Order: sequence, then C-alpha cells, then structure tokens
Amino acid sequence: MALGFYLIVIVIIPLGLGPNLNLLARIAPGILWVGLLLAALLSAGRIFESDYEDGTLDVIATGPLPLPVVAGAKCLAHWVATGIPLVLLAPVLGLLLNLPLSAFPSLALAMLAGTPAVSFIAGIGASLTLGLRRSGLLLALLVVPLYVPILIFGVSSVTPYVSGPNSLWQPLLILCALSLASIVLAPFAAAAALRNALR
Amino acid sequence: MISLANPTRFLSLVGAVVPWLTAVVVILLGTGLYLSFFVAPPDYQQGETVRIMFIHVPAAWLALFGYSLIAIAALGTLIWRHPLADVAAKTAAPIGATFTFIALVTGSLWGKPMWGTYWVWDARLTSMLVLFLLYLGLIALWQAIEEPGRAGRAAAILALVGVINVPIIKFSVDWWNTLHQPASVFRPGGPTIDPSLLTPLFVMAAAFTALFVLLHLIAMRAEILRRRVRALQQTQVARAAMAEA
Repeated sequence: MALGFYLIVIVIIPLGLGPNLNLLARIAPGILWVGLLLAALLSAGRIFESDYEDGTLDVIATGPLPLPVVAGAKCLAHWVATGIPLVLLAPVLGLLLNLPLSAFPSLALAMLAGTPAVSFIAGIGASLTLGLRRSGLLLALLVVPLYVPILIFGVSSVTPYVSGPNSLWQPLLILCALSLASIVLAPFAAAAALRNALR
Repeated sequence: MISLANPTRFLSLVGAVVPWLTAVVVILLGTGLYLSFFVAPPDYQQGETVRIMFIHVPAAWLALFGYSLIAIAALGTLIWRHPLADVAAKTAAPIGATFTFIALVTGSLWGKPMWGTYWVWDARLTSMLVLFLLYLGLIALWQAIEEPGRAGRAAAILALVGVINVPIIKFSVDWWNTLHQPASVFRPGGPTIDPSLLTPLFVMAAAFTALFVLLHLIAMRAEILRRRVRALQQTQVARAAMAEA
C-alpha cells in the first residue's frame, strides 16, 4: 500500500506543476525524498498495532526477550518490508521526474543509508501513539519534525548530480550516522513507550 | 526538590511567591520596556529596528529554556517519578511554544527590513521552527492520551527524543554558514554588543525569565487543581456505581 501511495504522490506533483522537464529534474530529489517519508509514515502506525490489538505484545513483553530487542526487530521488519521496496521504487519514479541517470546511484545509496533511520524513528512514534484514536495524524505530527535532518542530508547528497559537482560523501556519511544512532537509541525509547502503553 | 514533592506544600509555596513575583515582573518589564524604547540609542546601522532585539532575543532564549525545562522534568518523570515533574513539563509546553512563536514572529518582522525577506530557510530559523513543531507535537500528545499518568510518561519519552534539537539550535549559527548572525552576547571574548544596548537586553531577559516562571507557577497550580477535580469526580462516579450495585 505504501508503494501505491508513493506512486500516486509522485504522479500528481508533475501534474500540479506542469510538464517543465528542467524544473522537474531540479526538484526531483526533494520530491522523491518527501514522497518516501510520507509513504513510510503511512505504514508506520502498523509497526506495533496488530500485535497490540490481538494481545501478542503483552505475551512478548512478559516473555524472556528484552523489549528493546523486540522493538528493534519490529522496526527492522518495517525497514525490510517498506523501506527497501520504497528505495527500489524510487529510481523508477525518478524516470517520471526526469532525474538524470547519473544521479541514480547516489539517490539509491542515500536512500539505502537514510531509510533505516526513517523506520526506527517511526517506531518511536508508533509506540507512543499505540492504541490512541486517530493515531495516524498524531504520529505524523510527532515524527515529521524528527525527519528534518534526514530530509536535508538526503536531498543534499543527490542534488550535486543535478546542479553541479559537490562533495557527495559528506551528506552520505551523515545519513549513515543518523541511521546508526537511531538504530542504537530508538529501540530503547520505543520499548519504554511500549511498556507505558501496556501498563 | 524533595520537600516540594508534596503538592499541598507546593501550592502553599506558590501562593506565597506569586504576589511578590508579580511585582518583580511588573517592575522589571516596565523598566525593560522603558529602557528599550526610550533610553537605548538607535543602532548606527539598523536604526530603530534594533529595538526588536529586546523582544526577539529574550523570547528565543526562553524558548530554549522552556524546552530544556521540559527535558529535565521528563527525567524527573521517568527516573525519579517525581509527582510534580509531569505537571511542570505539561504546563511549560504551551508557555515555551508561545515564546518560540514570539521569537519566530519578531525575527520575521526584523528580517524584512534587515535581510529584505520575512523568512529564509537558514539553519537557525529552520531549527527554531522545528522546535515549535516539537512543542506542538508534545502538546498534541498530552491532549490525545486521556489518563494523565500515561500521557506524562509518553510525553517525557518524546521530550527526551526531541532534546537533540536544542544543541542543534544553539550551535546552528557556528556549524553552518547562515544569514542569522552568530552568538553575540555569550561568546568567548565578551559580547560584541555595545553596553548601551546590552543593559536593556539583560533587563528584558530578566523580565521575560521572571514572566516565564510566574506564568509557569500559575499554570502548575491550575493543573494540580484540575487533576484534583478529576480525581474527585472519578471517586464520585465510582461511589454512585457502588450504590447502584
């Protein structure tokens, strides 16, 4: 479903802006990243929800496995099931936006480096809003401010290919750092929020 | 801090402090506004618009102060389970958000004559806007969860996650080459602002801080009373249900 949403977002933007290919090529990295974040958010609410509803989460929480490990595994599952497909779809959608072919490797690399952070931070939001009414809206409000650095460095690692040569590695390394930090820290925050929701 | 854990003792302290603090706020704010609008000279480059600084800079400081307070209170909620920590965090959020908004709006009004635009996406402005969004997210989370205990702990976790933004705001002007000028008051080598402008600034900063503390104490008192009313209503409902059974 996230893939369909991503496709729809990328399709309606050129329709809204008009078919100016130069303009589209210039804003393509930003649009691809924003669309990816929105699509990932759409499915983020489901990270813990079904387990919470049928009681599996209670069983897991009382079991021998440390809860941060469980939360981390859930976020990793979200990355595998949603993050990676979105990254694979992004270059195809890039064609629709007239993104230059030379930018494709850096786009794929940057998205591969940045999407783990997207999934793990989404895990924090999903655990905080677990079991609330209209949690999807709240989840977006909580998580999007935390996505700002990912978006900034994600876009800046692709734009040099569109608007001239620049340092490529620096934003890419920062994206890796963001992902590694959130992989280490987010499971603990999510586990604390899960305990709070289950209490 | 420990002796204040008793809400009743805290309420009596608030009752004693509030009248005095109100007087302090009125005096400081009156002096500060008089100094900033009538005594301080116009800047040799910026002219009269420099007076925006006396509102803008203290508001921005208190925006960060408010979030830091929430983060410390969040530690109090999660680690020490201090009964007032959650009340302090919850009531600080709208006040901090208001100061952030004031800083953003006055900065925007100052930016138009100085930079020629109301808004630029530079690092300092963007990170302040993110701070404002974090405040809104915290407030929304408190509103969305019915039970105060659960809401408090969830918001505390979120506040600690978002605290990463505070150093980013502080150092954004050093890390990135931005339009917003770097720190000019608290910097190694002393302030770069002339004393004639610095004195009103410090008076205004003291006034805003006192105002923040005053509003916060009053809001905390209201929140404690609101929770007591809620608890009383719940016991009454429970009692009525028992009588029926």
